[in-house]
Amino acid sequence: MWKRAIFAAIVVSLMGAAAYASFFIAPTERTMGTLQRIFYFHAAAAWAGMTAFSISFLANLLYVWRRQPRWDSLGVSSAEVGLAFITTVLITGPIWAKPAWGIYWTWDARLTSTFVLWLLYISYLLLRTLIEEPDRRALLSALFGIFSFLDVPLVFGSIRWWRTQHPAPVIMGDGSSGLDPTMKATFFFSVLAMHVLMAFLIIERNRLEKLRFEVDVIRHELEVA
Amino acid sequence: MSLLANTGVLLGKELKTEFRSRELLTTTVVFIIIVLVLFSFTFDPLSDEARRFGSGLLWLAFLFAASLMLQPCFLREQANDTLSALRLSVSDPFAIFLAKLAANTLFLMITELLLLPVFAVMYSVPVLGVLHWLTLVFFLGSLGVSTAGTALSSISAQARMRELLLPLLLLPMLTPILIASTEVTAALLDRSPYVLWKGIGFLVAFDIVFLTALWLFGEYLLEE
Amino acid sequence: MTPRVASPAGIRFENVEKRYAGLYALRRVSLEVAPGECVVLAGRNGSGKTTLLRIAARLVRPSGGNVSYSGESGGEKASDRVRPGFVAHATMVYDELTAEENLLLFARLQGVERPEERVAALLAEVSLTERSKSLVRTFSRGMRQRVAIARALLTAPSAMLLDEPATGLDSQGISWLAGTLRGMRDAGCTLLMSLHGESEISALATRGIRLDAGTVVGDTNAGADMSAVLAGAGE
Repeated sequence: MWKRAIFAAIVVSLMGAAAYASFFIAPTERTMGTLQRIFYFHAAAAWAGMTAFSISFLANLLYVWRRQPRWDSLGVSSAEVGLAFITTVLITGPIWAKPAWGIYWTWDARLTSTFVLWLLYISYLLLRTLIEEPDRRALLSALFGIFSFLDVPLVFGSIRWWRTQHPAPVIMGDGSSGLDPTMKATFFFSVLAMHVLMAFLIIERNRLEKLRFEVDVIRHELEVA
Repeated sequence: MSLLANTGVLLGKELKTEFRSRELLTTTVVFIIIVLVLFSFTFDPLSDEARRFGSGLLWLAFLFAASLMLQPCFLREQANDTLSALRLSVSDPFAIFLAKLAANTLFLMITELLLLPVFAVMYSVPVLGVLHWLTLVFFLGSLGVSTAGTALSSISAQARMRELLLPLLLLPMLTPILIASTEVTAALLDRSPYVLWKGIGFLVAFDIVFLTALWLFGEYLLEE
Repeated sequence: MTPRVASPAGIRFENVEKRYAGLYALRRVSLEVAPGECVVLAGRNGSGKTTLLRIAARLVRPSGGNVSYSGESGGEKASDRVRPGFVAHATMVYDELTAEENLLLFARLQGVERPEERVAALLAEVSLTERSKSLVRTFSRGMRQRVAIARALLTAPSAMLLDEPATGLDSQGISWLAGTLRGMRDAGCTLLMSLHGESEISALATRGIRLDAGTVVGDTNAGADMSAVLAGAGE
C-alpha cells in the first residue's frame, strides 16, 4: 500500500519536475518560441508509447510460449497504456502543428505510421472484447499482437519510402536533431519521467487485470457450486 | 506424409471446392467491378491524375475484396468441424495454412487478371506492354494479402462479429502492401513505365516476414 | 470383415487437468485403458467426457498432466505417435465433396497406402458404395455418420475414440453402429466411447467409467456396477 503511494509520489514529482524544466529551464527556441515546449511532452510520450508496445510484444511472446495468465495481463496492460500515450501524441501533434506551420496534419512517415500503429492496437483491444473465453482471448490476441508488432517496421519503411517518392514539405524536423545541450537534457529528463509514468500505469493496470481475473474465477466457482 | 505432399492434397481440395461452386470468385469479381465503377464517379477517370489515382483505387478495391473473400476461409471449416479432421490427419499443421494461402493467392490473382482489362478500358491505361511485370506485382501483393489474411481469418473465425472483424484486423496490417503495390503499379502504368525495384523489395520483405511468422505460430492459431 | 488389429494400443491418462479460466472441466483424471478394452464413458452433460476424449485425440491441450498411448516410443515426432481414430458428434467431413472424395482426401493426407482401394473397401463396409459419388450434403444423418466412421477407420487405427456416436441415429442406425463397433472390438481395437444411458452400444462394453464434474466417480474395474455407472444412481 505504502509502496504504491510512494511510487505515485515519485511519478508526480518527476512529471512535475519535467514540466518545470520544460517551461522554465529549457531555453526558448528560436523560431517557434514557447510553443516548441510542447515537444518535450509530445516526443517523450511517443518514446514511452513505443516502449510500452515493445513490452506488450515481449509479453505476447511469453504468453504464447508459457501460457501463464500473468503474461496476458502484462500484454493487455502495456498495450492499453501504450495506446493512451500514442493517443496523446496524435492529439498534441496537431495542436502544435497548427500554430507552428498552419496545418493540423501532414502525411509524413512518422505521423502516418504512428496512426497505423494506433489503428493496429485499437484492433488488438477490440479483438479482445470479441472473444469471451479467457484462454482463447489471451492466445489469439497475443498472436495478433505479435503479427502487428512485426508489421510496424514494414509499415514505417514503406510509408517513408512512399514519402520519398512524393516529397511533401518536411515539417516536423526531428526535434532532437541539433539540440542545444540544455534542451537535450530537458528532453531526456522528460523521457525518463514519461517512462516512469508509463511503468506506474502499467503496474496499476496490471493489478486491476489480476483482480478482474480473480473475480472471474470466484464467480465461476460460485456458479458451479 | 511430408509437408509439401499434404499441402498439395489440401490445395487440391480447396481448388476443387471453389471451382465447383465458383461462389467466391464470382462475388469477388463483381464486387471489385462495382467498387471501380463507384470510384470512377468521384473524379475524372480519363484525366492524367487518373493514372496515378487509378492504381491506388485498383489496389484498394483488391484489398476490400480480399477482406471479404477471406472470411469463409476458416468459417467453412467450422460447419462440420472439418478443421479437427484436418488437424488429426496432417503431420504438420502448417500444411493447412499453406494450402489455404496458396489457394487464396491463386483466387486473388485470377480476379486481378480478369479485372485488368476492365480497369484498362475504364481508366484508359496501357497494360499490354507491362503485363508480365504487372503479373509479378499481382503475385507478390496477393501473396502478402493472402498470408496475412489467412492468418487473421483463423483468428476472426473464433471471435464474435467476425464479418466486421476481419477487415478491421486486416486492412491496417496490409498498409505496406497497399503502398508498395500501388507505387509499383503506378510506375508501370506511367507514360514511360519503369520497374520500381524498391517497391518490389518491400513486397518480398512483407511476404517473407508474414510467411515466416505464420510458419512459426500457425499451429497455435489452430489450437482449441 | 475387419482385419485383426496389429498391436492394440492402451491409453493412459496421467493427472489430466483442463481448466478454462478458473472452471475445471477435468480435475486430475488418471485412468488406464488396457489394450483391446471396450470402455464406455458415462456422465451428464458437462461432466467432462467430450473434453477427455478430445484430449485423448490430441485436439485439445491439457492444462496439466498428459495422455499417452502404449506402443509409443515417447518421441516427439508425429510419426512415433499412435494416431487414434476419432468420431465426434460433428461429422468432420465436407458437405460439398462426395463421400468418395472425402475419404480419398483424408486417406491421402494420412499417407494410407493404395488409397483408392482402401476407400472402396471401406465404402463397401459401411454400405455406401452406391452413394459414393454423391455429395455428402445429400446424405441423411445416419449416412453421414457412416462416412464419419469410415473416415476414422481409414488408417485401421489401434484405438478409437467416439464422442456420443449414436446421436441423431434411428434404431436401425444404432443397430448398424453397434454391429460395426462389435466388429472392431472383436478385431482387437481399443474403444473408448462416451454414451448417454444404456443401449445396444453400451452392451458391448467390457468396462464402464462415470465422470461427474471432471472427476471419475465410478469404475466397473473398481467394483462398481455397470448399470449404476451408466445411469448415475444417486445423482
